[in-house]
Amino acid sequence: MLQQLGQLPMGWLLIALIAVFGSAAFFMGRVRAESLLVATNVRMHSRPNYHGYYVAMWTTVPIILIAIAYGIFAEDLTRSQLTRELPSSFDQLSQAELRSYLESVRLAAGTAASAGADRVFQAITNRYLELRGMVNAATLGLLGLLAAAGIFWAQNRLKPDFRARALVESGMELVLFLCAGVAIATTAGIVLSLLYESLQFFQKVSAWDFLTGTRWNAQTEAEFGALPLFFGTFMIALIAMLVAAPIGLFSAIFLSEYASPRARAWIKPILEILAGIPTVVYGFFALLVVAPAIRSAAIWVNETVIQLGLASEPILAAQPTSALAAGLVMGIMVIPFVSSLSDDVINAVPQTLRDAAYALGATKSETVKQVVVPAALPGIIAALLLAVSRAIGETMIVVMAAGKSARISMDPTSDLTTITVQIVSLMTGETGFDDPKTLSAFALGLVLFIVTLAFNVVALRVVKKYREKYD
Amino acid sequence: MTDTARPSTPATAAAKHLKRRRAADGRFRYYGLSAILVALGALAILVLTIGSQALSAATYNVVRYDITLDPAVIAPDGATRPEDISRNVEGFYSLVRDNLLATFPEAQADRESRRELSDFATRLAVLPTARMVARNPELVGGAITLTAPLNDDLDLYLKGQGVRERKVKAGTVSVGQAGEDGLYALTGAGAFDPLLAALVVATDDLADDASAPGVLLTAGVSTGRLTNITSASARLELLTGQAQDFANARPVARIIVSPEAERTVSDHQIAWTLALKAMGRVDRVLRTTLLTNSDSTYPELAGGLSAIVGSLLTMLVTALVAMPIGILAAVYLEEFAPRNRITEFIEVNINNLAAVPSIVFGLLGAALYINFLGMPRSAPLVGGLVLALMTFPVVIIASRAALKAVPPSVRSGALAVGASQMQTVFHHVVPLAAPGMLTGAILGMARALGETAPLLLIGMVAFVGDVPKGPMDESTVMPVLIFSWSNNAERAWEPLTAALIVILLAFLLLMNGLVVFLRRKYERRW
Repeated sequence: MLQQLGQLPMGWLLIALIAVFGSAAFFMGRVRAESLLVATNVRMHSRPNYHGYYVAMWTTVPIILIAIAYGIFAEDLTRSQLTRELPSSFDQLSQAELRSYLESVRLAAGTAASAGADRVFQAITNRYLELRGMVNAATLGLLGLLAAAGIFWAQNRLKPDFRARALVESGMELVLFLCAGVAIATTAGIVLSLLYESLQFFQKVSAWDFLTGTRWNAQTEAEFGALPLFFGTFMIALIAMLVAAPIGLFSAIFLSEYASPRARAWIKPILEILAGIPTVVYGFFALLVVAPAIRSAAIWVNETVIQLGLASEPILAAQPTSALAAGLVMGIMVIPFVSSLSDDVINAVPQTLRDAAYALGATKSETVKQVVVPAALPGIIAALLLAVSRAIGETMIVVMAAGKSARISMDPTSDLTTITVQIVSLMTGETGFDDPKTLSAFALGLVLFIVTLAFNVVALRVVKKYREKYD
Repeated sequence: MTDTARPSTPATAAAKHLKRRRAADGRFRYYGLSAILVALGALAILVLTIGSQALSAATYNVVRYDITLDPAVIAPDGATRPEDISRNVEGFYSLVRDNLLATFPEAQADRESRRELSDFATRLAVLPTARMVARNPELVGGAITLTAPLNDDLDLYLKGQGVRERKVKAGTVSVGQAGEDGLYALTGAGAFDPLLAALVVATDDLADDASAPGVLLTAGVSTGRLTNITSASARLELLTGQAQDFANARPVARIIVSPEAERTVSDHQIAWTLALKAMGRVDRVLRTTLLTNSDSTYPELAGGLSAIVGSLLTMLVTALVAMPIGILAAVYLEEFAPRNRITEFIEVNINNLAAVPSIVFGLLGAALYINFLGMPRSAPLVGGLVLALMTFPVVIIASRAALKAVPPSVRSGALAVGASQMQTVFHHVVPLAAPGMLTGAILGMARALGETAPLLLIGMVAFVGDVPKGPMDESTVMPVLIFSWSNNAERAWEPLTAALIVILLAFLLLMNGLVVFLRRKYERRW
């Protein structure tokens, strides 16, 4: 019996129960309000529907809370009780082993087909199901009780002059506020999780060594000097901006000052396609086309230089994945970030400024260079800063095309690694959360978060502070 | 006045200056135009390379095997239930291998040849047939035609991508008797002249230290290796078929530049493939398995179904979480929020969240959902929740813009007839803003659909061979599968990855098309 209860599909059951209790409560409240209306024949403060919503509110909110608590605690509760009851032979298992054992118990319990497994395992699975059944039964009982109490209590409050609508609306407003609060919760979650794990990391490795050390070897040895990663990130972002800044800026100028409205209507959306392509596609492109092309170009340069006698050995590293390949493709990716935002701010420069420049005899390019761009400069700088922040945080292109060796090298054809590449390679292994390897990924994440946040904040400040107002 | 060389007057200097300024003006315009062309050109190259690769993976070669379902092999004693038959991959595969060995008896000579021949089809390729037979047990004992995809390297060879080769038609030759070394002498006046000319060209491309290119000669189902080529004669080492096939035929010579040891396909395999093709047993068909199969370690069997389903499940979770929360939060901020510190702080938060790198959300998901809350790794539920956190600032920003666009007169009108604030918003403002909110939400979802990095961190990169049935099952998503496939070494994965990219882009295009459609249909100007 308990074992059968333990196999209930609780997720779906809870959702169904919430729906059933909620609608039942709504109709009971509504019927009650209508009967009040008939019986007393006075004008009620709120329409019957609001009485229904009121009762439904008092019924569903507690059981939703119960359901959430169940989702969070049920498994842990069952496991901790089961761990206490395990035979003493299990004491020698480590935390991780115990965890994976319990996980296999859970899976076996879910399929209910543990035939062929040994007897101990089967007994533990059965006990797990029993415990789970107890938790499930307790949850369902509590849920029914609370729902009934909610219906009863709220029903009794309904009166002709009861201000159901006002109460329902303030409840609704609270829900809206909580939804908006998710934004704060997310930021807080990011900051807290990054800080918590990073602080654990910095207890094992000093923050100074982390920020200034030049040897990064997290996978094999415990060397956590992140300077090569910062350098690689900077180098690739720099290459990307060397591509994106001129192309994006000139595109924006051409689109807003030279292109006919028809051409503009076509070209602008096509440029924005570049921003909509998933980054993994750019990574594939870099890996398949750009990196081999750069490699053969570098080899050609090496050979030519040696033939001309300018050097005795190859001057470029010419590796199969290179900072240049990743940077070029990333540059293409961020072009629309520069061009779209710049285009907007250039368009916002009033026509009277241009007319004034023309009236003084300036050519179109002089007007653009000496009047329009200076007027739009804060916006353009903000666009560039946002693009840099995008380039620093970009992951897939560098994971696929930039390489993994942490080194400080000015040669753009050598492979460099970045913060994001290392986070991915540290987190995709099968290591626990107390391992310094995993923790160092969070420390890198913290650096990344702070840097990109700083770029964004500065960009927004620049726009706000230096914006010229022309009205 | 006769002196023509007058010193330049202010007027001509100004004219010169003006000319320079005009030239600068023209150049400036040209810079802008070339910037646009570079950007569009990059996009075009990207689309063309991926499109052409994908096109080559859109079809693949399958081989037909006419086999007899011997009950002793398919359903040996005690294994006659349908489940046993469908699991009996080894039995079906041995029938396929026997069929190949019967077709090419020369492969029985040595182990190496047998292995090369059995590479033609992978074991798992017979699985669909095994399942079909299990469903129809009456087929056992009868003859059926089993279709299995050709090995990926040979598939690439037939598509002309795996091996660089050059085809030349030889003249009519006659065949002598086999010599003591097993080689046949081919003779024909001037028959090999075109071949020799082509060989010269092919050798010119090579580096000096490279070995001489191999030459294969094919006539019908027979293929042999050519040596000692002169204008009128050559020696033929028969790889498959009959030497007599070459007599009085005009055989086709293939010059293969790379040496056999450096290729993924051997001369024997090429010979057999050409023979199967000449027998009409090879068909180039549409690769529907890309949409119906799940991931596999063999490129010719791999498909994206599990990733597509995983993506859909993940997007479902994201939509169910991010859309309501984002829209309600936007309603609050736009319509209800008093101007105070808290709401200002929320707004700053939202603007910053929209610019946080996606990988940071992956770290949050790993720390919060997996480590702290103990949710399972690799599950669409967790992936969807991570992407929801990323998407909902986008939804909020778009929804607020849509709410802002609703004119205040609508609100004033509703309030004037006695509606409460809540009624005004939910009965009048939100319905008018709904299309704009929806398009914003769809755009946010499209971004989430292409997202890879945060999902790598929560373990969705694992190999998943089964189609996930629910949001708690182990699963992967399309962009992550693209990433995994592009890491595979074999050459055949490249076109396959490109094809999967095209499928992903098709989904994105569909979502963006929906946005354009909604905008066209419901856009209102007040």
